Amino acid sequence: MGILEVKGVNKRFGGLQALGDVNLSVQENSVHAIIGPNGAGKSTLLNCLVGKLIPDSGSVMFDGQSVLGRKPHEINQMGISRVFQTPEIFADLSVLENVLIPCFARRDGAFRMHAYETVANERELRDMALHMLEDVNMHDKRRMLAGSLSRGDKRRLEMAMCLVQSPRLLLLDEPTAGMARADTNNTIDLLKEIHAKHDITMCIIEHDMNVVFSLAQRITVLAQGTPLVEDVPDRIKGHPKVREAYLGEAQV
Amino acid sequence: MRGLERRDVMLLVIVAVMTLFAPIILNPFPANSAMAQFNAGYPDLMQRFVIFGIFAIGFNILFGLTGYLSFGHAAFLGVGSYSAVWMFKLLGFNIIPAILLSVVVAGLFSVVIGYISLRRSGIYFSILTLAFAQMSFALAYSVLGNPALINLTNGETGLQVYPSDPQVLHGASAPNVTNLFGLEMRQTCEVKLGGTASGLSGCDTHMLPGAFGETFWAFDFNAGYYVCAVLMLIVFYLSIRIFRSPFGMMLRAVKSNQQRLNYTGLNPRPYTLAAFVISGMYAGLAGGLMASMDPLAGAERMQWTASGEVVLMTILGGAGTLIGPVLGAGFIKYFENIFSKINDGVLHSWFAFMPEGLENLFVTLLHPFVGKGWHLTLGILFMLVVIFLPGGLVEGGQRIGRFAFRRRNRKGGEAEAEAARKQPAE
Amino acid sequence: MDAVILQFLNGLDKGSAYALIALGLTLIFGTLGVVNFAHGALFMIGAFCAVTMSRLLSLSHQVVDETRTDFLGNPMKVDVPYVNDWFGEATGALIIDWAVPISILLAIPVMLLVGIVMERGLIKHFYKRPHADQILVTFGLAIVLQEIIKQVYGANPIPTPAPEAFRGSLDFGVMLGFDPYTITYPYWRLVYFAFSVIIIGAVFAFLQFTTFGMVVRAGMADRETVGLLGIDIDRRFTLMFGLAAIVAGLAGVMYTPINSPNYHMGMDFLVLSFVVVVVGGMGSLPGAVAAGFLLGILQSFASMNWIKDIIPGIDQIIIYLVAILILLTRPRGLLGRKGVMEE
Repeated sequence: MGILEVKGVNKRFGGLQALGDVNLSVQENSVHAIIGPNGAGKSTLLNCLVGKLIPDSGSVMFDGQSVLGRKPHEINQMGISRVFQTPEIFADLSVLENVLIPCFARRDGAFRMHAYETVANERELRDMALHMLEDVNMHDKRRMLAGSLSRGDKRRLEMAMCLVQSPRLLLLDEPTAGMARADTNNTIDLLKEIHAKHDITMCIIEHDMNVVFSLAQRITVLAQGTPLVEDVPDRIKGHPKVREAYLGEAQV
Repeated sequence: MRGLERRDVMLLVIVAVMTLFAPIILNPFPANSAMAQFNAGYPDLMQRFVIFGIFAIGFNILFGLTGYLSFGHAAFLGVGSYSAVWMFKLLGFNIIPAILLSVVVAGLFSVVIGYISLRRSGIYFSILTLAFAQMSFALAYSVLGNPALINLTNGETGLQVYPSDPQVLHGASAPNVTNLFGLEMRQTCEVKLGGTASGLSGCDTHMLPGAFGETFWAFDFNAGYYVCAVLMLIVFYLSIRIFRSPFGMMLRAVKSNQQRLNYTGLNPRPYTLAAFVISGMYAGLAGGLMASMDPLAGAERMQWTASGEVVLMTILGGAGTLIGPVLGAGFIKYFENIFSKINDGVLHSWFAFMPEGLENLFVTLLHPFVGKGWHLTLGILFMLVVIFLPGGLVEGGQRIGRFAFRRRNRKGGEAEAEAARKQPAE
Repeated sequence: MDAVILQFLNGLDKGSAYALIALGLTLIFGTLGVVNFAHGALFMIGAFCAVTMSRLLSLSHQVVDETRTDFLGNPMKVDVPYVNDWFGEATGALIIDWAVPISILLAIPVMLLVGIVMERGLIKHFYKRPHADQILVTFGLAIVLQEIIKQVYGANPIPTPAPEAFRGSLDFGVMLGFDPYTITYPYWRLVYFAFSVIIIGAVFAFLQFTTFGMVVRAGMADRETVGLLGIDIDRRFTLMFGLAAIVAGLAGVMYTPINSPNYHMGMDFLVLSFVVVVVGGMGSLPGAVAAGFLLGILQSFASMNWIKDIIPGIDQIIIYLVAILILLTRPRGLLGRKGVMEE
């Protein structure tokens, strides 16, 4: 029984079957990758997991509880964090505040009327946030506006914001999309380090085979909204069905 | 002051000193000089400074922090005024119950309007608040002022206190004007500085007679003003607390990126609603104080142009900054009074040193912008601010300060100034 | 039954004005993505074009009329409009009488110019700024325009009558078999309604059947792609702004005989027009027109006495009430598209 169990999920957009009978099981503390050509339904699946979309049928269970019908912030409070394809951060706030906000969310829940306390007095949470920033080597940038960071730093900041919540499941939506080779490698190292250090379950949606094969312990191949194969990386590499799905996408 | 940073304490102290000494600061020109018309230290105007200051501080908590642009905040001001006058009618002229009720009623009112309006964002939110405010205005103006039904607002005439009203708590010796446990709001002590001796009455005093020849200054210390000023300082302090609190940080996060906030496990809705209600209560307080200074309430206070005014004040001063709204409110109310007093005669006397042709040219050129044309000046000024200084007067001040700072330490300071700019402003 | 028809007719002229203003607002919003709070001011400028035109046409000089004497026995001086000199007395009088419709000739170039100057000089710089900034700067502009008009023309409403021929009323009831004088309808309101239908039709035809209109519609749907095709969409959008200004201006010109123009008429109509646009669905042209007429007529029905007896004051709040209900149940308005203004 995995920490995330997706069973028979269907989603239609008008005449288009975006997801057809998707089954997926992510084991605790593993790195699970979902790959597939463009338009395979990867992003739709991810959106169904975090409450942005509601599947037409099927079930999505996280740690024995259904996430369907819950709002994104409730699902996050259950322990699922999400990293976006283009980093979503609070651009008008400082880097430190960006990391503090998830700290508050973790301690105080979805809403608390702490209007008479001051941020500066929250020693414990500040230490936690500063610690996290040290972990991702951004301690010296803590006073900068998040919007003025470089793209790579924004990505790291977003990761830090997710990790500081100690989520039980981290969803990553193409974390290396649009990155140069060197940046991609850095990100792979960062993710490896995070996985080793935080003992976290990760589910990566990815296009770049390099990233997938150097990180994932299990891979699900999605094509036209349905899972083709689910297996360990070594066996995915030469799989005929995968080749077929990726025909023309040379990297396999 | 526990938990506030030093610069915030400094800001609060400066504002406190300025407000408490406003009767002196605002009357810098001798009362018998030609410049006396630019004095702004008379009670009525000073009361308006701080009351609109409160209104704008509250509006800023919503707009400045969350970015939700309400075009209907005057409705809460109006509701506050009506509640206060009702307290005068039913209980008596003490302002405490009036102010309490105005804050509570405005708060309840804003819970309802906020709960519905905040289901939408952006322009839809603006239009919804506008629609609610216009509806309240129409209701107050006609329906609720209809003697045949329930007469809550007294329609066009406006709500006021009549001798026949019950005023159950009105003691035999209590004054027949708005008061704070007997201290009449209209009570004013004049301090005369210099000049020749004059007939003094009541609490008036005369200092240093004859020290400056005929020239004298007159300072009005008004009870109503100080009540409003103290309340403004309290709510200003509260607004600093909110700005520096985790709650305030969440509100700024709402403005910055709601999507991320959602995926960080926070629910933006209660945060925005709380901000909306707080700012509604500020507006209610302002309305209650307005009625406490002059026990009248009319529907025109709720009209959308009144909502537009507080938007102007906040933006002009600097939305999202602590001091901006207060500056904006003072600025607009000051110039509204002063500009509208400048007529052609005054202009002629200014340019009298010029040759007549030039003098007339200047007067003709300036004529549209002063006197009754004050709104034109305000409109132009507002546009210039939105276009060139989105941070309002505060940003203007910062830019000037930075410019001066750079010039002084042209060499070493450059990098530092650069670093300072990259840091978040607040 | 006769009362119902009467209220329906009464709602048409107000609805026409709402529809025309909302149409322009939607054109600007749909093409440029700008929320224009100064649109009411354009309506007002149009109305004052009519005032200016009728003043220009009645410019006159004094001549001594030897045939008449004043009360002191001296020959009387009378004002003779220049148009009388140029076109003869009968034609001159006719021209002055028809000042309002003639003003359209003045209003079209003036409004086009005002629109283009506004877009190039100000709005252009706000395409990339947040909607709140757009609202604020156009709000400031509206104040400025309104104050200028106030200074030039004064604060009082200026009566601007319709041509003599249209001053009466049409007895509609007789035509439908009711008693005489049960349903009478001023001719000019009929003219206004017909005029607005023509303008609305013309705008739609223009967008539907011309290449220019096709490009603009494509631009409304997806500005970036159209730009990528190498089409200079900006220049067309500037002209669209001019067109929207003309529509608002003409609505103002023709409205002058119904309500004497004053400097705050723009703001009065603006608030309601925005409600209309939002009810119709931000960015939907048919929505704006439909909602304009719908709300105009609804407001007219709500002001019927027996309805006011049941729910007092309903005529004052009906539009806002409907707007709130629609926004809450159909967030995109009656005919709104998905994804417009949803940040």
